[in-house]
Amino acid sequence: MIAPYEENEILASQARQPPSAEHWFGTDNLGRDVFSRVILGSREILVLAGLGTLLAVICGTLFGLLTGYRGGWFDEVAMRTFDSLLALPALLLALLLLGTVGQSKYSVLIVLVIVYTPIVARVVRSVVLAVKPQGFVEAARLGGETQTRILLREIMPSVLPTLSVESALRFSYAIFLVASLGFLGVGVQPPSPNWGLMVKEARTFASLLPWALFFPAAAISIVVIGVNLMADGVKRVIGPEQAD
Amino acid sequence: MTRFILRRLGFLTLTVLLTSLLVFLVTQWLPGDVCRIILGREAGQGAIETCRLELGLDQPLPIQYLNWLGDFLTGDWGISFSTNLPIYPIVMDRMGNSLMLALVALLISVPLGVALGIIAGLNENKPIDSTINVGSLSVVGLPEFVTGLVLIQVFSFGLRDLGLPYFPANSSIPPDANFLEALPMLILPALTAMLVLLAYIARLTRSGVIEELKQPYVRTADLKGLPRRTVIVKHVLRNALLPTITIIAISTGWLISGLVVIENVFNYPGLGRLMIFAIDRRDLPLLQAVTMVTVLGFALANLGADLLYGLLNPRIRLE
Repeated sequence: MIAPYEENEILASQARQPPSAEHWFGTDNLGRDVFSRVILGSREILVLAGLGTLLAVICGTLFGLLTGYRGGWFDEVAMRTFDSLLALPALLLALLLLGTVGQSKYSVLIVLVIVYTPIVARVVRSVVLAVKPQGFVEAARLGGETQTRILLREIMPSVLPTLSVESALRFSYAIFLVASLGFLGVGVQPPSPNWGLMVKEARTFASLLPWALFFPAAAISIVVIGVNLMADGVKRVIGPEQAD
Repeated sequence: MTRFILRRLGFLTLTVLLTSLLVFLVTQWLPGDVCRIILGREAGQGAIETCRLELGLDQPLPIQYLNWLGDFLTGDWGISFSTNLPIYPIVMDRMGNSLMLALVALLISVPLGVALGIIAGLNENKPIDSTINVGSLSVVGLPEFVTGLVLIQVFSFGLRDLGLPYFPANSSIPPDANFLEALPMLILPALTAMLVLLAYIARLTRSGVIEELKQPYVRTADLKGLPRRTVIVKHVLRNALLPTITIIAISTGWLISGLVVIENVFNYPGLGRLMIFAIDRRDLPLLQAVTMVTVLGFALANLGADLLYGLLNPRIRLE
């Protein structure tokens, strides 16, 4: 709605133009309007990172609650699996998975979920372990409450503050990861207006068309710093004891 | 202490083994028929069968894994699909380059980051602390390819346009260059990595210092009339800096991820570029080897930090 052109609309006669009243951020070497691509690219990066974080938080919470509460072999197997996933830095795990399962928007989404679920699960599990021995949980169990009810009504409220800090943090990392993957050219494929990918493509013409490089890079920086400050704010509001 | 080391070693071996199983499953089993990938879609059934026999793909999965692991441990990492060259020497060569870059980056970032963190922590909530905090929050947020490109713009193109001596924008160091020849090309990538690490190390050091300042022993030392300087240097910093070792180990994870991007920004011939090369060409054996080397490196860094921490802090050993 805000974007004056389609993301991949090619205006062949207006290629390589500097920023002007008509093309606020100029046009790239193919004649695509950079402003429109930056605006529409925000949709992709935010939706991809947001959805990935949301799914990872849901899966991670489920795993964290169940492993922490039930313990036993399920806990053992899940935690060792997560350990082995965490033995690789996030970007490398993402690259390994994308390098083998094929590259598309959807595989990036799946990879985000696989990369972040173990981390969320671990954080949730540690809170559950701290809450589980307390009186009110014991009381609910002896009162004959079902496991689902205990988890949702008794334990979940203690998990929520930590979980919101963790979610905000994961979201900021997810944006970072999606942009970095775009720059590396792994995952989301051209002609998608992924900001990282736009930076990668614009590098070839950097001296000729600096605006095509500058605007997507600036957009990433602003969004990432903004989300970081937001995550930091969430952390401060919810309390320093949850900060670690 | 021996028991502590053995336990850590056992834990490390287990994690690396599990991760190797993961890497094996992801690269060998997930993508489907490796022979189809090597030979292409048009290959006849006969050729595929021969290839499968040759690579041992007709055997059950657990046997395949053990064979693969054995080969890996003995340094037989196979032949790269895309270049037809043995993988081991390529990966070792690139690893040397990546280590060199990582070392230079750590050497600049650790002292600087710790210093900034101490300054911020000792001046909690004063303007200087807020400045360091906001500054590091902004820098830690910027993707490495953005900071890298900015540095290139300023210190390479900018200085060149002014007619001053400038740093090269392309860091593709030749294979036989020695450290001194490579150094000018290392500066910009190392600075980029520094920006990421610096903020991270500074923030964690800061919270360590603030945490220690609140301890009762600091008040005791203050109240018994020790000069502030002595309290800080002899009491606070000694305890606050202990976790820094862990921080540096954790930040190797960041450093590894960061280096993948940075190496691609600067065309630096390290493991990160090799990994992207392997992905672009769908060169699975190469991808496997690069990943395994990285896993090992990361695990060893963590082990080193654990041991050092245990050595310096006897409380940990007794747990």
